[in-house]
Amino acid sequence: MTAFLIIAVLVLVAIAIWQMTKIFELSQVRTGTDSSEIANDSDNKINGYLLFAFLIFIYGITIFSFWKYGKLMLPEAASEHGGEYDYLMLVSMALIFFVQTITQGLLHYFGYKYRGEKGKKALFFADNDRLEFIWTIIPVIVLSGLILWGLYTWTNIMDVNDEDDPLIVELYGQQFNWTARYGGEDNVLGQANVRMIDINKANVLGLDESDTYAEDDVIVKELHLPVGRKVNFKIRSQDVLHSAFMPHFRAQMNAVPGMITEFSFTPITTTDEMRQKPEIIEKVKRTNEIRKERAANGEDNSDPWEFDYILLCNKICGKSHYNMQMKIIVEPQEDYDAWMEGQKTFKETVMVDDSQPTTDAVETASNGQ
Amino acid sequence: MSVTANTHIADDHAHDEHAHHHQQTFVTKYIFSQDHKMISRQYLITGLIMGVIGIAMSLLFRMQLAWPGQSNAVFGALLGKWAPEGVMDADVYLALVTIHGTLMVFFVLTQGLSGTFSNLLIPLQIGARDMASGFLNMVSYWMFFTSSVIMIGSLFVEAGPAAAGWTIYPPLSALPMAQPGSGLGMTLWLTSMAIFIASSLLGSLNYIVTVINLRTKGMSMTRLPLTIWAFFVTAIIGVVSFPVLLSAALLLIMDRSFGTSFFLSDIFIQGEVLHYQGGSPVLYEHLFWFLGHPEVYIVILPAMGIVSEVLAVNSRKPIFGYRAMIASILAIAFLSTIVWGHHMFISGMNPFLGSVFTFTTLLIAIPSAVKAFNWITTLWKGNLQLNPAMLFSIGMVSTFITGGLTGIILGDSTLDINVHDTYFVVAHFHLVMGISALYGMFAGIYHWFPKLFEGKMMNKNMGYVHFWVTAVGSYGIFFPMHFVGMAGVPRRYYQNTAFPMFDDLTDVQVLMTVFALITACAQLVFAYNFVHSIFYGKKGPKNPWKATTLEWTTPQEHIHGNWPGAIPEVHRWPYDYSKVDENGEYIIPDQDFVPQTLPLQKDEEELQH
Repeated sequence: MTAFLIIAVLVLVAIAIWQMTKIFELSQVRTGTDSSEIANDSDNKINGYLLFAFLIFIYGITIFSFWKYGKLMLPEAASEHGGEYDYLMLVSMALIFFVQTITQGLLHYFGYKYRGEKGKKALFFADNDRLEFIWTIIPVIVLSGLILWGLYTWTNIMDVNDEDDPLIVELYGQQFNWTARYGGEDNVLGQANVRMIDINKANVLGLDESDTYAEDDVIVKELHLPVGRKVNFKIRSQDVLHSAFMPHFRAQMNAVPGMITEFSFTPITTTDEMRQKPEIIEKVKRTNEIRKERAANGEDNSDPWEFDYILLCNKICGKSHYNMQMKIIVEPQEDYDAWMEGQKTFKETVMVDDSQPTTDAVETASNGQ
Repeated sequence: MSVTANTHIADDHAHDEHAHHHQQTFVTKYIFSQDHKMISRQYLITGLIMGVIGIAMSLLFRMQLAWPGQSNAVFGALLGKWAPEGVMDADVYLALVTIHGTLMVFFVLTQGLSGTFSNLLIPLQIGARDMASGFLNMVSYWMFFTSSVIMIGSLFVEAGPAAAGWTIYPPLSALPMAQPGSGLGMTLWLTSMAIFIASSLLGSLNYIVTVINLRTKGMSMTRLPLTIWAFFVTAIIGVVSFPVLLSAALLLIMDRSFGTSFFLSDIFIQGEVLHYQGGSPVLYEHLFWFLGHPEVYIVILPAMGIVSEVLAVNSRKPIFGYRAMIASILAIAFLSTIVWGHHMFISGMNPFLGSVFTFTTLLIAIPSAVKAFNWITTLWKGNLQLNPAMLFSIGMVSTFITGGLTGIILGDSTLDINVHDTYFVVAHFHLVMGISALYGMFAGIYHWFPKLFEGKMMNKNMGYVHFWVTAVGSYGIFFPMHFVGMAGVPRRYYQNTAFPMFDDLTDVQVLMTVFALITACAQLVFAYNFVHSIFYGKKGPKNPWKATTLEWTTPQEHIHGNWPGAIPEVHRWPYDYSKVDENGEYIIPDQDFVPQTLPLQKDEEELQH
């Protein structure tokens, strides 16, 4: 069906293009001008008007996109620094649209207004120091402001420190899934290296079994975060580059084999609170309508959806890059504690008995591979 | 080229390079030609063919994005075993994205654009018989051709071509077990690029030497058309930055084949630990982007040069702020070499470096803004001759502004965090360097077609259709794409169905794909017009656009050495359009332009800025 539609559209477009060529040709026959390939007055007139129409098209597609697609953008940030991020984004966007509207307006309006006519004299205007000074200095000032503001925010966001007792969480990327590791009771991650990975014992993250800090580490496939507590992420990869992208928190950092990268944020909205937000309710409704339609047609990906935060891979990493994800749940401290209570530590799962790997851990660890 | 013309030159004056004037055979004239005009045509046609392949690939993956996982007869026919039952395979999707990027950035917009127009225009506009070294020029083209053949050949290897993205970040590109494309396909990619870089360096050195040494009498640096300034500075950036990519490629080859660990460390893949220790993928990113960022200016500067020239000629006005335009080219060139880190804000490099790169990156917006304002002012109170080349130039200014403005967001390290590697980036660079540079290339082709093909002209009506459909289509594809990016959709995803949060964006994907298909149809109009005009194009006047520059003083027929007589002398800058004396009369009565070859008239001020 779609193939047929595409072909139909293409045929129509081809006809339209052919007709347009005709129109351009006819317009010249009518005015009876020469048949040279150089623009004459009637070409200038038609294309001048078209430039004006094109300006309206640019404004139109801008308004259309905001009206139609504005609601598709990410919801309000769910992290503490995200608010600052969104504000800086808003101001930058406003500035961009202001400049865009004016410059496109001038460009196309001049194209229309000064379209050529035989015998018209152009103005020999080669230089004007004052004008050039003005439009050099204005970008300088505006950009300086943006640079300073941006750098101030950047320094704050990227300052990963141990103030305010942050929760330490490792994000571990591999083709094609994510694993998270918590420091456990002591909130300290045990030493780890890919050379200590032991698949037979399900030590899939390569934890150092002789490191006592590793004993209480908790390895999971679903990231739970207590609301309002700063989280310091230590990010690792075992094979190729990945990128830990958490769009709802305005957070992203690459996972690089051979080094530990860091990012830090404080989640401020729980998953449940997020689900109550009108924009999210609206989005879920929209999405589930699409999915219902799919179900009716017997297509895949048709189960009803409930909003969840998500961790995506955002650096090309191979065949299943498009499906490398982990669910994030932000919840009140009590819920988080209760969940954590139910998790097994590294000692309980892997270090129990060298000869008998616990089936539990194997399942958790290899899940999604 | 006629033999008489050759003897004519030889008789007329002794220029030592062309002392031997034996009869040209088919091989020396059309294949191993050392004549810059023929080499320019060779570059153009090779570049256009690569462009057709690159654009066709983009259509394939756009269709996959709009109708994910659906069987399609086109996929079955073109991809064969990589589209079992007509459903595109995920690996081949990545391969298409990778090769599309490589072909468009390097083969079409680097050598296709700057190879064509640097070769054609440098000798013609500065008043030289040919390039400084015709032989090196020929070698440069044939190396480019060889690298093109290898790159296209890599499409046919068993495991498929390179598929790690056009930036080929290791370890993905270094380990054949990480993805099938990182086997022989990647070896061929690296070989092809190594040859490509050598070709580009030979070409660039030639351009630099020619511009410095072979300018005709009176052609001072401040009388050069802006095209030449752009090509000249582009060549310098190429010489500074391409060798770094070559070293990155060589080190990657060593990591892949000889067991070194420049870019690799601590890797566990497919159930085993690899021996690599101590390398860093971030080092590769630094080396790659040290070329990679200047590369986008290598792509866009020639387009800017062409647009400046075409806008001035067709506005019948001097380019506004000639010296500021040169200064901004130089500023962009300098800054382009110290902004590479803005591709790496979240790569794990020290955040302090991120601050430095934010600073330099936003600085580069200033010369870019100056250029945009100067172009707009060039139109003001002009007498605009809206030829297809002029429309493409206006279109280029439009897309350059639209695409450039979002650079302010991406260049800001803070804002980059959440839009990095999303479709927002894809939309940004396609508008600001992809579409803009293509428009520059089209403007150049329509404008200098008579110089490329002995006075023949392209059909203007098909040109108009080509422009208007392309202009609407390009915005139709890339404007909505920003919103997809701000919804958080990552690039290089085979399909977005694994994330229900992206379900409601399917409509936008379909819209973009439909626009892409329509826009591609318009390129067929161009292709037909181009080929048809080469053979059956109407011959126009010798100087069809009434331009002042030297290339229009040469005869329409291509002759070796460009001018049958002495090389003309230059007496003024190239932008004396609509210049008037105190009485408001044109300098030459009834002619609104003064060729560069005309000496200053009595009482005429040079007025050169």
